[in-house]
Amino acid sequence: MTSQETLYTYTLRLADNALVLGQRLSEWTGHGPFLEEDLALTNIALDTFGTATSLLEYAAKVENKNRDADALAYRRNEREFCNILLVEQTNGDYAKTILRQSFIDAFNILLYTELAKSKDETLAGIAQKAIKEVSYHFRHTSSWVVRFGDGTEESHNKIQDALNELWRFTGELFEMDEVEEALVKQGIAVDAKSFQAKWETQLDELFAKATLKKPETSFMQTGGRKGLHTEHLGYMLSEMQTLPRMLPDAKW
Amino acid sequence: MENKNFEDVFEAKLVKNDMIEAKDWMPENYRKHLIRQISQHAHSEIVGMLPEGNWITRAPSLRAKKVLLAKVQDEGGHGLYLYTAAETLGTSRDELLDALHTGKAKYSSIFNYPTLTWADIGAIGWLVDGAAIMNQVMLQRTSYGPYARAMVRICKEESFHQRQGYEIMTHLSFGTKEQKEMAQDALNRWWFPTLMMFGPPDSESPNSENAIKWRIKRETNDQLRQRFVDQTVAQIEYLGLTLPDKGLKWNETKKGYDYSEPNWVEFKNVISGNGPCNKERLAARNASHKNGEWVRAAATAYAKKNAEPFMAA
Repeated sequence: MTSQETLYTYTLRLADNALVLGQRLSEWTGHGPFLEEDLALTNIALDTFGTATSLLEYAAKVENKNRDADALAYRRNEREFCNILLVEQTNGDYAKTILRQSFIDAFNILLYTELAKSKDETLAGIAQKAIKEVSYHFRHTSSWVVRFGDGTEESHNKIQDALNELWRFTGELFEMDEVEEALVKQGIAVDAKSFQAKWETQLDELFAKATLKKPETSFMQTGGRKGLHTEHLGYMLSEMQTLPRMLPDAKW
Repeated sequence: MENKNFEDVFEAKLVKNDMIEAKDWMPENYRKHLIRQISQHAHSEIVGMLPEGNWITRAPSLRAKKVLLAKVQDEGGHGLYLYTAAETLGTSRDELLDALHTGKAKYSSIFNYPTLTWADIGAIGWLVDGAAIMNQVMLQRTSYGPYARAMVRICKEESFHQRQGYEIMTHLSFGTKEQKEMAQDALNRWWFPTLMMFGPPDSESPNSENAIKWRIKRETNDQLRQRFVDQTVAQIEYLGLTLPDKGLKWNETKKGYDYSEPNWVEFKNVISGNGPCNKERLAARNASHKNGEWVRAAATAYAKKNAEPFMAA
């Protein structure tokens, strides 16, 4: 891999995480549990798409193959997406959506804080802008995790079920391969392993406050970063990409 | 005797174009009329999130997706201010939502039409929001203060939405053959339902008289409809689309267009629950409210345990 390809792959991984998560969140708009929360979750979706767009634009520029951000979002096939599996999981009930989001928010705060120091100025700039947003998101989602965990028996059971279901997808957040390793050496990428313990401690504290029990299994699913997805992604992409695929010559 | 004095004060305020505020005395009919109108407006905003929300996951570009998300979110925000304005008249959001969900309350019939293609998102922004603005601009000067102030902000956002809708129509109308056909088809389907948004002809509009007297409304249905047609014809011509009304003709005497009346039988059908999507819209609202019940219950239970304020409908 050339250093250009490495940077492209790294940026695209970050971008796809944001794009796919934003797409999932936006499915809630108009259907939230009450009006204020509908607006709040839509805000998170908007921020997430904003970050996705900046990252995709940069990936397109680095790739330099005459593809723009929309082409990357709308014209790649399922196996070319390199988001982690966690973000493509279906929304389920509100507890599952919120818990998934709180995992990502806690992770993103740590990620973007480090990435803001990157030697790559574009990535550093995108990260700086995103830090404020994701800190707000985590304040919102973590407070709901606590409300659900320590609310009613029903809400407790729902979020405990969500935790049991989703925990196996969190290992992928911290995976590193030759792409990240090469870029960490150059001071461009973030070494996610360096803050894994911090992330786990933060979540353990959150689970304790929410009276939730982390699953005992330590087995973690993997594959998304290499294009091996769960069955959910294909449906999401066929919906998302329908118009540009249907009318390939059209501009929107 | 005392009531008479209150009424004089109220009437005097109307005459002087002063605002009526929440704590002011007001006739019971005025209050009822406002609660009905403001809550219908609020319901229209949140039901209106559904047909447009229908295309969020399929918006064809990253920019289009963000614009549409922000727009639907704005509509939700409008719903929120309007429910709050209605609450100042002594009702609660719970009561109002209950009336919506049980089918007792009305909302704008236009949202009982389906959004079948992406062009419908353009047509809604351009035509439906355009028609709404005609009504809403005059409501910024309506006699009830909290409603008028909510409308100032709503109008600003709605004019932005109208431009966004027209932008979509422009892209489509100047795009490929298929895109242009999509735009024409959307115009064909949305034109007459949009004209219906101004309500029945003045001769058959039971609520107009009081509404005008109370300065809740300042122009009649037919006046507003005429202005909308006159303004929109040129926009259609610019797009190179054809208005689906063979009866459209410039009338030099009235300095406006003559146009065909919408199908008022269809209008009555849609209002009485038989539009293409009445059942779906109500079912979707009820489903999200019901699915949210445990979320609201959890928040309330947690707030009680932790002395944390939580208020939501």
